[in-house]
Amino acid sequence: MSTDTAHLETAHGAAPGGGGHLTSTGVTNEKMAMWVFLGSECLLFGALISTYLLYHDRAVTGPKPSEIYDIPFTSVSSFVLLMSSLTMVLAVAAMSRGDQRRMRVWLVATAFLGMVFLSGQVYEFTSFVREGMGLTTNVASSSFFVLTGFHGAHVTLGIVMLLSMTGLSLGGRIKERSETVEIAGLYWHFVDVVWIVIFTVVYLLAPGQ
Amino acid sequence: MTDTHAVDHPVEEHAHGSDMKYVVVALILGGLTAIEVALYYVDAGALNAPLLLSLALFKFVLVALYFMHLRYDNKFFTRVFFGGAVLAVAVYLAVLFSFHVWD
Repeated sequence: MSTDTAHLETAHGAAPGGGGHLTSTGVTNEKMAMWVFLGSECLLFGALISTYLLYHDRAVTGPKPSEIYDIPFTSVSSFVLLMSSLTMVLAVAAMSRGDQRRMRVWLVATAFLGMVFLSGQVYEFTSFVREGMGLTTNVASSSFFVLTGFHGAHVTLGIVMLLSMTGLSLGGRIKERSETVEIAGLYWHFVDVVWIVIFTVVYLLAPGQ
Repeated sequence: MTDTHAVDHPVEEHAHGSDMKYVVVALILGGLTAIEVALYYVDAGALNAPLLLSLALFKFVLVALYFMHLRYDNKFFTRVFFGGAVLAVAVYLAVLFSFHVWD
């Protein structure tokens, strides 16, 4: 983009980060769309968590999820996901300074921590199945696997976004588009806050209800 | 086009916290998680549920305000996001109470 073009865009309301044009609301459509999406995701995960709370102690056959939880293991997984939020925000901060090299390092670190979390979830699911609790064993296990599986799918999508962003940056295709990284960061942090609720309500609280 | 081009046209600069502030927030989040796990093993009686829920809510708000930058960003985003979250809590609490989950 030439300097003249950049000035023209600014005059016509380009977003400061080059991530899209400002609108009458003063914010870009892309960022607004992500926030509206995240607001609606609260309802999706609210439904899944509520379903689990309804059914977690109504198992007739097989073990209930709360009987075979490995709290120390899940605690470490939760800590890993929390720390991935730190690396994500550091990536956004690096981008806002125009330091793309460091941004890529933090993006890859975030994706790596996300993969560690996912690996933990795969291990947890496998061990639950070995203990005799599969997806269709009882209503409690079904609601547990659907809830945590949906969350895992969100983490997977987030990892794809982070690695795509890294590739685009390496190819020089997200220059000046710091908002793209910021929007991906919003999604990643949301995945983290959802897990904060799941960890407390499903793992720590529900068993003792 | 090089990285310096981005520096020539400064990218969006919110009044974001410094990297050190983010590290401090992350340490607080880690500490709160440790307290939550400790509460799981130490029976706090009737206080257990309120304490765990309060800690989770505090962690949720910390991430939203500092990592998602709601503290510094356009207030409309705060309304959209917390509007969705509050609506979800209200709707599903009503559902859970109607099914007598805590009876």
